Amino acid sequence: MERVAIIGASMTQFGQRDAWVRELLAEAGAAALDDAGIDGDDLDHLYVSNMASGEFEGQTGVPNALAHDLAATPAYTARIDQTSSSGGAGVYAAWQSIASGASDLTMLVGGEKMTHRTTAEATDVIASLTHPVEYKHGVTLPSFAGLTARLYLDEYDAPRESLGKVAVKNHKNGVDNPHAQFQKEVDLDTVLDSPVVADPLRLYDFCPITDGSAALVFCPESVAAEYVPEDQYAVVSGIGGATDTHVVHERADPTTMGGVADSSDIAYEMAGIAPDDVDVAELHDMFTILEFLQSEDLGFFEKGEGWKAVEEGVTDRDGDLPINTSGGLKSKGHPLGASGVAQVYEIYQQVTGNAGPRQVDADTGLACNVGGFGNCVTTTVLEASQ
Amino acid sequence: MSDHETTDTATDDSGDSTRPTFEAAEYADGTVTYPAHTVSPNGAERVDTVDLSDRAARVVTWTTSTATPPGVREPNTLAIVEFEMGDDYDGPPVRALGQVASREDAHGDAVADGDVDVAIGDRVEPVYADDLREPGAGIREPESQEWDGFRFRPLA
Repeated sequence: MERVAIIGASMTQFGQRDAWVRELLAEAGAAALDDAGIDGDDLDHLYVSNMASGEFEGQTGVPNALAHDLAATPAYTARIDQTSSSGGAGVYAAWQSIASGASDLTMLVGGEKMTHRTTAEATDVIASLTHPVEYKHGVTLPSFAGLTARLYLDEYDAPRESLGKVAVKNHKNGVDNPHAQFQKEVDLDTVLDSPVVADPLRLYDFCPITDGSAALVFCPESVAAEYVPEDQYAVVSGIGGATDTHVVHERADPTTMGGVADSSDIAYEMAGIAPDDVDVAELHDMFTILEFLQSEDLGFFEKGEGWKAVEEGVTDRDGDLPINTSGGLKSKGHPLGASGVAQVYEIYQQVTGNAGPRQVDADTGLACNVGGFGNCVTTTVLEASQ
Repeated sequence: MSDHETTDTATDDSGDSTRPTFEAAEYADGTVTYPAHTVSPNGAERVDTVDLSDRAARVVTWTTSTATPPGVREPNTLAIVEFEMGDDYDGPPVRALGQVASREDAHGDAVADGDVDVAIGDRVEPVYADDLREPGAGIREPESQEWDGFRFRPLA
């Protein structure tokens, strides 16, 4: 099996954009091709991670549209939809295409256009992933977060303030990310006094609705240095995907994300590393509670101890394990299909030393992209080339 | 009954065939799940149904959602509950997620309510509602699923 390298990356400005999904994808795709020093017609495979362009704006067939716009025909194209983890699933598909030998040069572009919809409409599009017996009760992804946060705080005697500190940390990190939707710090009082959305969680416990796109270019590690200097590519040393139950209330422990544990086990084994070998991580903080759950189920902290790590500053940018140096979904924004790609973009910047003011000391980084409420997960480990 | 249906009707002692049931699935390995799946978590085939409508349950956790989708009551208090299955049942917990009805709902009719009093550990009972949300107001095709079902009302 070929070892797979990432040789180029890009992301657009995240936030409220005038551009529609085709334009967003083309913007990120063209920038990533430029970053890798290649043209569209060099690509063998072109993947698009996108959850719901048909539902959001009535535009389907986006991979073919993108191939045409970037002069990438006759590249093989496919759309990867795995709800909020479409980006991570796209990374898996792109990695697979190179590792298997099916492609010598693959680009993945993730993107979503959402902000033209009302919050209620966008929430309903996302909630359409739920089982009929859940959907008819009006359940939303934020309400799953409220249900889980209440149970977590009760079971582990965690203070409500610890969730707020996730938001404070990630907003602080987002200040130094020029692509982030919010480049503004918030204080704990602001978080704790913000309007209730899904009790006990409040507005600042949730990521925003976002437009944006991100892209990555993959090739065999054996030829990566032909495209970019040796210290400017990263290796996908481990990747794993897994699922948990579709119906959330059927999980044995609602505060455990089995897909996170299972996918990271696969990724760690492939990379030949343990959780404490990870220097920096991007976690799927669509809701603040998810940063606790993932940091525990990835093996960074014991069950029920993730909140203490935030309280003690362990996950700050200058802590022992920086989490969400990009600002996370919380501050950077969450354009569904783009988010998993943008997570790997951040880790790529970190392990190649290109993260600018967000730079931490990192040779090994991890991205965990979650779909649904832990229904589908991809965990990716990147290592510096040297 | 299809996989995505929640309620059906049953005939009681008086011959009333209109009483809605809260159907879970029972499998050959003794497991009960709500909703029904093609096979049990261990792969055993479905053999029967279990009506949960007369069973009490305990609140595992709850939330009140204030940002609700089109056609959903606002605010919308939801709970995950775990049913009391009796000493003879030794399978995994049987749970459901559903809207919470107010304690003041004295007539047994589930009503849209904004002031729900519930806590972790509370005992609740299922109460039937014709429409839990407005069919067709959201993105899902109205004919693709049932819209009636059971809310959970805290017991005194």
